[in-house]
Amino acid sequence: MADVWRHAWLLARKDLLVEFRSRTAILSALVFTVLVLMVFNFGRDPTAVAAVDLAPSILWVTFTFAAMLALNRAFQLELENQALDGLLLAPVSRSSIYLGKLMANLVFVATVEAVGLPLFALFFNVPILHVLGPLLGVIALATVGFVAVGTLFSAMTARTRFAELLLPVLLLPFMIPPLIWAVLATGALLAGRPLSEAAGWLRLLAAFDIVFVTLAFVLFPATVNE
Amino acid sequence: MRLLKTGRWITGVGLALLAAVYVRALAFTPVERFQGPAQKIFYIHVPAAWSAMLAMGLVGIAGILFLLLKDPRFDRFGEASAEVGTAFSMVMLTTGPIWAKPIWGTWWTWDARLTLTLFLFLLFLGYLLLRGAVTDPGLRARYSAVLGICGLVLLPFIHLSVYFFRTLHPQPIVLKPSAPSLPGPMLVTLLFSFLVFTVLYVGFVTQRYALSLLREQAEPHA
Repeated sequence: MADVWRHAWLLARKDLLVEFRSRTAILSALVFTVLVLMVFNFGRDPTAVAAVDLAPSILWVTFTFAAMLALNRAFQLELENQALDGLLLAPVSRSSIYLGKLMANLVFVATVEAVGLPLFALFFNVPILHVLGPLLGVIALATVGFVAVGTLFSAMTARTRFAELLLPVLLLPFMIPPLIWAVLATGALLAGRPLSEAAGWLRLLAAFDIVFVTLAFVLFPATVNE
Repeated sequence: MRLLKTGRWITGVGLALLAAVYVRALAFTPVERFQGPAQKIFYIHVPAAWSAMLAMGLVGIAGILFLLLKDPRFDRFGEASAEVGTAFSMVMLTTGPIWAKPIWGTWWTWDARLTLTLFLFLLFLGYLLLRGAVTDPGLRARYSAVLGICGLVLLPFIHLSVYFFRTLHPQPIVLKPSAPSLPGPMLVTLLFSFLVFTVLYVGFVTQRYALSLLREQAEPHA
């Protein structure tokens, strides 16, 4: 098991290094996040809808789209020069490949969220500092759920036609349950409700994470060629 | 081909029995006191929902069996079941609003069960789209098995997430811990219709399965 984690870490490091050297994907994702936040600002009538009523939806729709963008590139990267075949020939288990991709995607999405969250607070004038801890918890739990399923699906869609279109179609039904809970928990937190009110949603998010991380981990070997 | 013929026979019997369901529901089952004739659609709507759920469950189970046994028959079955399930979901999603408009006063509401069935429909569509997008048969079979299993696991979660919302939808009346709260003649019609929709499911799936088989024989590399 120690080997699995070590290999996974090496793989994740490779992906992040590629990302860090080129910076195209991460910069596009960041710019995209800013643009989605701007679209939301102009997509509502500020005299009719208070920003705080719409805030949880704005935050989560933005994160959903940004995560989708990030996930699309995870395996697209491996298609060039048949890098995936090289990866599969390497003496690492299929599970390490999944864990490595999962880690790299989580770092990628977390980076986008780390920039998106302060911008969201700034643009929509939503005070988040007093609930920052629990809010980060909600974001972390929901992101793990999204990205676990998304990593599995992007391994499948990368090698199909219309990959960029197919991934959202397959993934969104799986993102909606955690999205519902995250929006409800965020709404409760931003409205200054006690943490206990969000606890139920957090438990559901945690259950979703455990089930889908395990399931994706078990199913992933079936998605790559023998 | 014998399988195709068998499928046609089962479907034929199912369709004849479906006509019998209509006759029994319209002429020999009492009219519900509060909802009037609108309630009659219930004898189609509920069994269609049952068949769609059955189809999704079997797509997931076929996925598990395929990954364990690598038998192409399970993949063919999953494909057939998903297509038939899509059709039954359509029946469920069209008959529901037709009933809801006069009874609830709205075509659609984000109620627990409605959301669940919409998800079910979208999962079927995603499954079929994925199948269409992958050209290699071996890859296609494995991918769709994975998606089918994920879909099967997702359904309880959607159920959980929508369970907390207040519901307008009638509560279960047959499959519940206490005795069915439906008067005798209505219950008989409903159970009869359940049987007929299950027969139709089997008939359609058998035909669709046979067609995949024929197609594979006609174009071995497709």
